[in-house]
Amino acid sequence: MHVAVRRAALLLPAWAWLLAFVAAPGALLVVIGLATPADAVPPYRMGLSIASLRALADTFYLRALLGSLLTATVVSALCLLIGTPMAMAIARSRRRQFLLLLVVFPFWSGMLLRIVAWVGILRDDGLANAILLRLHLIKAPIPLLHSDSAMLLGLVTCYLPFFILPLEARLAAIGTHYAEAAADLGAPPWRVFRRITFPLALPGVWAGLALVFLPVSGEYVIPEMLGAPASPMLGRVIWDTFFHEGDWPQAAILAVALLILLLLPAVWLRRGDAGAQVGGL
Amino acid sequence: MRMLWFMLALLLPALAHAEDRVVNVYNWTDYIDPYAVARFERETGIKVRYDVYDSLETLEGKLLAGRSGYDVVVPTSEPTFSRLVRAGALMPLHRGRLPNAAGLDPALMHQVETSDPGNAHGAIYLWGTIGLGVNTARLQTLAPAAPLDSWDLLFKPEWARKLKPCGITMMDSAIDVIPTVLHYLGRNPDSTDAADLAAVEKTLLAIRPFIRDFASAGALEAMATGESCLAFTYSGDAIQAAARAAEAGKGGNLRYVAPKEGAQVWFDMLAIPSDAPHANEAHEFINFILAPEVMAGITNQVRYPNAIPTAAPYVLPEIAADPGVYPSAEARGGFFTIKAVPADAVRQRARMWARFKAGRG
Repeated sequence: MHVAVRRAALLLPAWAWLLAFVAAPGALLVVIGLATPADAVPPYRMGLSIASLRALADTFYLRALLGSLLTATVVSALCLLIGTPMAMAIARSRRRQFLLLLVVFPFWSGMLLRIVAWVGILRDDGLANAILLRLHLIKAPIPLLHSDSAMLLGLVTCYLPFFILPLEARLAAIGTHYAEAAADLGAPPWRVFRRITFPLALPGVWAGLALVFLPVSGEYVIPEMLGAPASPMLGRVIWDTFFHEGDWPQAAILAVALLILLLLPAVWLRRGDAGAQVGGL
Repeated sequence: MRMLWFMLALLLPALAHAEDRVVNVYNWTDYIDPYAVARFERETGIKVRYDVYDSLETLEGKLLAGRSGYDVVVPTSEPTFSRLVRAGALMPLHRGRLPNAAGLDPALMHQVETSDPGNAHGAIYLWGTIGLGVNTARLQTLAPAAPLDSWDLLFKPEWARKLKPCGITMMDSAIDVIPTVLHYLGRNPDSTDAADLAAVEKTLLAIRPFIRDFASAGALEAMATGESCLAFTYSGDAIQAAARAAEAGKGGNLRYVAPKEGAQVWFDMLAIPSDAPHANEAHEFINFILAPEVMAGITNQVRYPNAIPTAAPYVLPEIAADPGVYPSAEARGGFFTIKAVPADAVRQRARMWARFKAGRG
């Protein structure tokens, strides 16, 4: 009983935080989502209308949602491919602290600033085209900006540290003893990775993937600044609905729908994580 | 001695009051003559807290949420100013406190009435048209016979195709582009008819393959750097781009054209939020801005025309003579204004715009 009380007291700030900054705004979104749009300040009339909720079935929104999830999946996969070897190398390096510092180094500058830097690099008279021209690889500047590849480049560079950090921490905690033992027993490196290192690191992989997938699904700024004119992302549709159509209830419902959709895999990941903790180390 | 204290005591509240006099101004970026603000502070003792936005969305979001804290805002006639008027977010102006508003061009003020019946809520700050920014030199090498003064240049696929290599920039704004295309097709620019919208979509999709870029904050930069040679843009943006390109030594080939078939005219309105904390100071500020020589200084700085005819003598000759800034009476005859369309039509237009941007019909 005493322990339970103390644990509750320790968790109190966390719960208060969640209540104030997640639950309360979420509830507010639901309230606005059930209102009807109106010419007023604020631009809706309170009520219990399900018109906005029903509009969710519109193929326009479904397509945007699919676009968001697809982009998040591709970015997560790229982070997995690029980030896993990096995390392993850092975890085993003698200069681990220094390398970790390099990974978080981009956070010293604002995210927006880094995206604007990409705009400067990728534009027609930007750095990338200037180098290609100087090397005589191209004759005229090629359009690099405002494409799906530019968007993916921006998203991956921005979110890669979020994947590497939890995975690296996990790998460092595992240590190299298991891998060394497996190698001593004759397993080739690839099998050591596949059978020993990767399964043990899985909780770190899931945590990293969640930190990438969830925010990328709702990303607005990077697709807007680097992406193709009509890259279908739900974040963008929510913005348009809110600002261009002036339909706050519809925008609120879309935001809630995205939130719920993203909570489901997060809850599932939490359970997977807990299971791994018990069965793992 | 006692007399002195007494006088000081009398003075103190006055001093405190003078210190309190502030006005919170919220305007577009790069859209004023900094000297005008400094002069207003000097002459009235009112401190100006000046804040800027770069999109109507930002302004509208803040004002519709309520209690923005701003005293003077500068929304564009459509869609934001009219939406704010309908939502009751702006207060009716006290004409008695704005003697300089009498100098506003009645013909222009009448045009704003489609957004604000009776002109109760706003005074014109600056205005302009939406047309084409053209790099004449590059256009003439690609398509010597191209009609430089016509919407055909953009909306006819045979011309747009030829101009694709040098870059066509579209304004990323359904509210500005769709009425223009409707007008170009000879329909009512405020039409909400499905057939009219389908005709617009057909016209736009036909030129979609030749559009290089959609610019949300105007095409100013793309034109100034030479990334684009034809842009659907605001008059002042194209004119500022031309000035910037000339400064950078990239030649003076940039020009703004209000096409002969007619161009949409818009107005940026000086207005006061209904919950403005310093409404008196806001009126003083607006009245000061509307003074002819102050208004002329602003036009000289930002190259958009004002609506105060008596400001003309103070406007720099090269700006006053630029038909892109001050259109001829003949061109003005072809200008049209737009009205607000119902919410459902806004949504239909937005959906069509998304399909157009994605390039699928």
